[in-house]
Amino acid sequence: MKAPNARLEVAGIDSLILRLFDHIDEANMPWMLAARARLQEAFGAALLDLVPSYTTLLLHYDLCQLDSGQVRTKVAEALDGLQPADLQGGREHQLPTWYDCSVGPELKLLARRSGLSEAEVITRHSGHAYQVFALGFAPGFAFMGLVEEILATPRLSTPRKRIAAGSVGIAERQTAAYPVVSPGGWNLIGRTPSRLFGRDIEGYSLLQPGDRVRFVPIERAEFIRLGGDDSPLEASQ
Amino acid sequence: MSAIDAGLHVLRSSPFIQLQDAGRFGVRHLGVTQCGALDWIAHRWANWLLGNPLTAAVVEITLGNAEFECTRDTTLALTGADLGARLDDQPLAPWRSFEVRKGQRLSFAQPRQGARAYLAAPGGFQAPVVLGSCASILREGLGGLHGDGRAIAVGDALSWSGNVDAARQMPTEFIPEYQTTPRLQLVLGAQIGDFRGQSLFDAFNSEWLIDQRADRMGIRLNGPQLQCQRGSMISEGIPLGAVQVPPDGQPIILLNDRQTIGGYPRLGALTPQAVARLAQCLPGQTLHLTPTTQDSAQLAQRRLLAQWQ
Repeated sequence: MKAPNARLEVAGIDSLILRLFDHIDEANMPWMLAARARLQEAFGAALLDLVPSYTTLLLHYDLCQLDSGQVRTKVAEALDGLQPADLQGGREHQLPTWYDCSVGPELKLLARRSGLSEAEVITRHSGHAYQVFALGFAPGFAFMGLVEEILATPRLSTPRKRIAAGSVGIAERQTAAYPVVSPGGWNLIGRTPSRLFGRDIEGYSLLQPGDRVRFVPIERAEFIRLGGDDSPLEASQ
Repeated sequence: MSAIDAGLHVLRSSPFIQLQDAGRFGVRHLGVTQCGALDWIAHRWANWLLGNPLTAAVVEITLGNAEFECTRDTTLALTGADLGARLDDQPLAPWRSFEVRKGQRLSFAQPRQGARAYLAAPGGFQAPVVLGSCASILREGLGGLHGDGRAIAVGDALSWSGNVDAARQMPTEFIPEYQTTPRLQLVLGAQIGDFRGQSLFDAFNSEWLIDQRADRMGIRLNGPQLQCQRGSMISEGIPLGAVQVPPDGQPIILLNDRQTIGGYPRLGALTPQAVARLAQCLPGQTLHLTPTTQDSAQLAQRRLLAQWQ
């Protein structure tokens, strides 16, 4: 794949959007990761935050250390001769997941929409390794994809106020697991007992951009044995 | 931390009274928000008055309704909004340091001018550092007095370990006023060209009304409907003060507790000085937006930062 045609856009007083692609694609990731590593190296301590998303990187720099001209020069230098990162070194995770209507109330909806049986929905969702595109929405919340077209389902028209930690959901062609209790509008199909975010986890977030993730179907007994909490969705804390 | 060396005992509080510092950096790629004092200028001055590091932890008191009992003699500093503060029965104006004696009560009623007051203690309030900061955010369960994101609650004990060598006096020319309708400077962003010409005219020539939906995540404005030719976008990182325009055409200004990425088109982002001023506005008040460029905003920001050098 050819190197992306990067564009730099003003986002705020001390921030720029580096736009590398125009469409979501798993093939973007090696370039995104390479650009991120180069920018971190080039900016060092002058970089306050670098927020990767599907096709862009938000660069937030210290305006007391660099002016806007210096920043543009640094970005150009960092991207010069960019080569895609080797994803073979990226981590592969297996997230044990209890697919069940009691913790995944939209399992029925997905089956009805797709014309598949619930068992087939589970087989299809767990049959792929998904790419982590970006973290966002909440600490450790990893946007992954792409799920098969037949499972693609729009977000709920009214988001839920409380979703249990570990809930696995689908929105359009993306899938994710909620790291902590939060509101949310994704279609829930199961729950993982795996901890996704915490100070005791290396890098704080189990899943990182560029990682690949497989959901592995487990039974309720295994879910409980692994420390899963099977309390219903809207249970109080 | 024991109750014995605590310095302020919390008698009355609300979810809007929180420990804050300069916020979390270098962690937004994990989905962790920036957090930190909303009016970062008042936050800095509160610390400056006591000779603290400017980024030290303070109590951010939004809207008032708080009371503390002092459990030792000390010097404190108060900046930002006038929330009708009293030390026992005596009115206490903000923008000053003041002596308190053991047993005295410090209380905050409701906003008289501005929305957020900042209370500093010698050396800064003590709290566990979580991901580089003790700024509290309940949604993420990070920071605050106990490290779990909770706001300051009745029964909490606030402590510090520093001393005040010589409390400073506030240079009067730097005391802001929060009465007049603010003109908030907005650095034009790259998506500005996607808005219709009439919408751009409206954005910078209208009086915007602050909606009731206003918190540390963001503040909604009500006014003319702004139209963007671009519908939904692929989510991308959001800078502080970003002014995003959802399909209903009513802008939302994203503040310290914003989500890290989002997919609505943006006019640009407020300058840090404008964010600090907005932090002192209440729902029902009005404001103007005024465009600026990145370079001139940077010059102004560097001049502003030189105030504390």
